[in-house]
Amino acid sequence: MTTTATQPGGGGRARAAITARTLRTDRWWLAPLITFVGLSAWVTYATVRVFMHKWFFVEEFHYLTPFYSPCLTDRCGPAAEFGTPLPDFWLVPEAALSLPFLLLFRLTCYYYRKAYYRSFWLSPPACAVPDGHKNYSGETRFPLIFQNAHRYAFYAAVLISLLNTWDAVVAQTTGLGLGNVILWVNVIMLWAYTLSCHSCRHIAGGRLKHFSKHPVRYQVWTFVSKLNTRHMQLAWITLATLALTDFYIMGLAAGWYSDLRIIN
Amino acid sequence: MKRHFRVWRGDATGGDLRDFEVEVNEGEVVLDIIHRLQATQTPDLACRWNCKAGKCGSCSMEINGKPRLGCMTRMSTFTENETITITPLRTFPVIRDLVTDVSFNYEKARETPAFAPPAGVAPGDYRMQQIDVERSQEFRKCIECFLCQNTCHVVRDHEDNKEAFAGPRYFIRAAELDMHPLDARGDRKEHAQAHQGLGYCNITKCCTEVCPEHIKITDNAIIPMKERVVDRRYDPLTWLGRKIFRRDQLESSESMAPTSSVGVTGVAAGTPFSSARLPENAPVGPDGHMDVAELSAPIQGGPSPFGEDITFPLPPEEIVYNHPSPEKDR
Repeated sequence: MTTTATQPGGGGRARAAITARTLRTDRWWLAPLITFVGLSAWVTYATVRVFMHKWFFVEEFHYLTPFYSPCLTDRCGPAAEFGTPLPDFWLVPEAALSLPFLLLFRLTCYYYRKAYYRSFWLSPPACAVPDGHKNYSGETRFPLIFQNAHRYAFYAAVLISLLNTWDAVVAQTTGLGLGNVILWVNVIMLWAYTLSCHSCRHIAGGRLKHFSKHPVRYQVWTFVSKLNTRHMQLAWITLATLALTDFYIMGLAAGWYSDLRIIN
Repeated sequence: MKRHFRVWRGDATGGDLRDFEVEVNEGEVVLDIIHRLQATQTPDLACRWNCKAGKCGSCSMEINGKPRLGCMTRMSTFTENETITITPLRTFPVIRDLVTDVSFNYEKARETPAFAPPAGVAPGDYRMQQIDVERSQEFRKCIECFLCQNTCHVVRDHEDNKEAFAGPRYFIRAAELDMHPLDARGDRKEHAQAHQGLGYCNITKCCTEVCPEHIKITDNAIIPMKERVVDRRYDPLTWLGRKIFRRDQLESSESMAPTSSVGVTGVAAGTPFSSARLPENAPVGPDGHMDVAELSAPIQGGPSPFGEDITFPLPPEEIVYNHPSPEKDR
């Protein structure tokens, strides 16, 4: 083993004096730009929809948009499956008990962290492109140390995925229409995204040292690992299916078009 | 045909990009061009290289701003009139031209606790299931080119973090040992959090993007390590359980001690890591002799890779290829 390192002559410990901030010639700014535009557009749409307080429920077919599930305020009417404990105040979303946790789940998600650190916080905007900040402490202190709570957001997201499944099942009791198909695709994608979570992979078996002693957990871990490699794609697919589901139900509720029925 | 290159030349006192027109042939890689430059125009251009096969990790450089291996970057990936800019790694102090002083990495390597064998198992008696070692084996593919260390913005853009941050290469080392079925140390998670600076990583995945061995550094090492640290340090339920059942008092505080190594160049140069197992005598039986192993085999010496039933040279009529002929190219 080498015990003496090469000491450059002249005692120099300086980095190479390269004036250009980055020498990358490819379009490294494209990916963070697309992420920035995509996430901003989605957040804008979701915020507008959550505080719109109307066009969230189609009573005839029992379609409830995921942005308003579970519906808990006095405005809900027949959409309220679990009572209406919350007041009818414009700042209170109908799904005030699930949305904060879903937001936390996505905010602390290991994929979204990469996406917004790169595109919103520019830390770094792309590989080998300088960080836009003078100091950097990463996730070592408040507030970013709370990113470590991701697994609790995951537990909450599992419960909320169960609720979304319930919504799809209840809607199914009215027959079958395009809305049902859209709800089911959304629910399946939400489950795929939730189960492909890195925390889920850890809980399922990643924390083990001896797979050979836990064959079932090893199988589960292998399955979650396969899903996990698609976590980024699933993160974007679920944003799309959520917005699409919501938009379709908004259009039905507003009477812009009618549901394409297959049965009933 | 000739192509335009810009190569950074200089040392710690300064330097700049110089322009060159170099002949490029089909099938060549960037390292071939560096060698042609050395042979024709700049015999004193400094560059580290060894195997030219992407296995030694010596020829790390930045090609058009991207950390790459010179020997694994094909010239055919550039357009014909593209200027190719070659610079040394930016994160480490430069020695001369394309050669940098990467001793930062070796210091961090020394500060990482070594494999700790389980008590009561003699060397040679380690047994592991394949599925248990598979995860660790991915990280053994590392060739230590230090491209991940170079591209990580935590130290690339913030020199002051070098003391606290070990870098992706040592996070995969930590993960490899923490997932190792026979490693006996229980405090690797605490070590990664407190002394390797795992919390500095914000998982922007550049290490995975540049890895020439395609190790899934972020998904398979850093994030699992972060989750393991959460188990021990940040999970409120686990924390409460440890307090109630006083498990934290059972663990020895000695293993939590920070490393005292000050690196290969410091006062601790040459001393073994404190947790390394002390030298042991050979494992002898009650009769004072070592176990007979290969001596009882039917054949002495190592087995032939071609099988034991083949003798050389093979008869020419059984050979399925033609010997190269000196006449071949005429």
